[in-house]
Amino acid sequence: MNTGQWLGLFTGVLFGFLLQKGRVLRFDKQVGAMLLKDMTILKFMLSAILVGMVGILLLSNLEIITLSYKPMNVGAVLLGGALFGAGWAIMGFCPGTSLGALGEGRWHAVFAIIGMLVGAAFYAELYPFFKATVLSWKDFGKIGLPEALDISQWVIVPIFWVGVIAVFFWFEKKKL
Amino acid sequence: MKWKTDDGGWSPYLAGALLGLLAIASVLATTQLMGKTSYLGASTTFVRAAGLLEHEIAADHVVSNEYYTKTKVRVDWQFMLVIGILLGAFISSIMDKSFRLEAVPPTWADRFGTSIWKRAVGAFVGGIIAMIGARLASGCPSGHGLSGMMQLSVSSFVALVMFFGVGVLIAHIVYGRRIS
Repeated sequence: MNTGQWLGLFTGVLFGFLLQKGRVLRFDKQVGAMLLKDMTILKFMLSAILVGMVGILLLSNLEIITLSYKPMNVGAVLLGGALFGAGWAIMGFCPGTSLGALGEGRWHAVFAIIGMLVGAAFYAELYPFFKATVLSWKDFGKIGLPEALDISQWVIVPIFWVGVIAVFFWFEKKKL
Repeated sequence: MKWKTDDGGWSPYLAGALLGLLAIASVLATTQLMGKTSYLGASTTFVRAAGLLEHEIAADHVVSNEYYTKTKVRVDWQFMLVIGILLGAFISSIMDKSFRLEAVPPTWADRFGTSIWKRAVGAFVGGIIAMIGARLASGCPSGHGLSGMMQLSVSSFVALVMFFGVGVLIAHIVYGRRIS
């Protein structure tokens, strides 16, 4: 294995460890959030985003790392996002957590993993069709919120923090 | 607020914040050691794995496929990251004795019964739909939800709203509870 592969494996082990400790891998936690009964996965994700965004935006400001936005292709993000949401609700795992769920013994994740491999193969076959249709509707390209709103990221970050922490207090008050 | 959950897990706020630190360390490490900043993600690996498997039976087809060529079918950093998730979850669940062999989760059983085959079909079909969606949207809750949001990428905000919004709607329809 090369350096990149070893680094990926090491990072992945820590990632999987934290996902399991946060108890976010389970079908019941994922579907529980979608049924608006148990917000564990949102608490976990939003906490990671709050901490991660400060470090990543700072490192990017200092030109130590480069940002890599995903394209704001309207049809792709809306239709793809909707399909993902629908599949996610039925499957009860997302791509990353399916492997983690298998790791903690929830072996029905195997069927989800096989389904996702088949889905990936389908997508590879359907790509020319999507490229000619959905992907060609309207593409705003790789844009970030600071450029789109013309506001400094250091104004957006504190607002985001305050908003998310308010949501956390609300979750705790409602015992979600 | 408690730092431990009743079953020996960690508070999701704590585990999530630590994941935020890992995400920062990871972008630094990939930039320093691999020369290019890489962000946590998972769904591209399913394309690479599907390509590698398909290559075993129809090599020419994979080589000539535009999407596989664009994605570069190989075992890379993210591929090993996804394998690592399985290992890390296994280690953690063994350490705190939360490892359980589960064939049908409780929420599913409440609605569809304890048939393994029904659950298998649900997971399989859901997996196909979700992965086509994730590739169309260029990311999943890891790539968009975590990495994209941390960078304030516009597409990630929209994707996450769609993931969760449609997820809430379909979950209420599928698991038979009304939105109150």
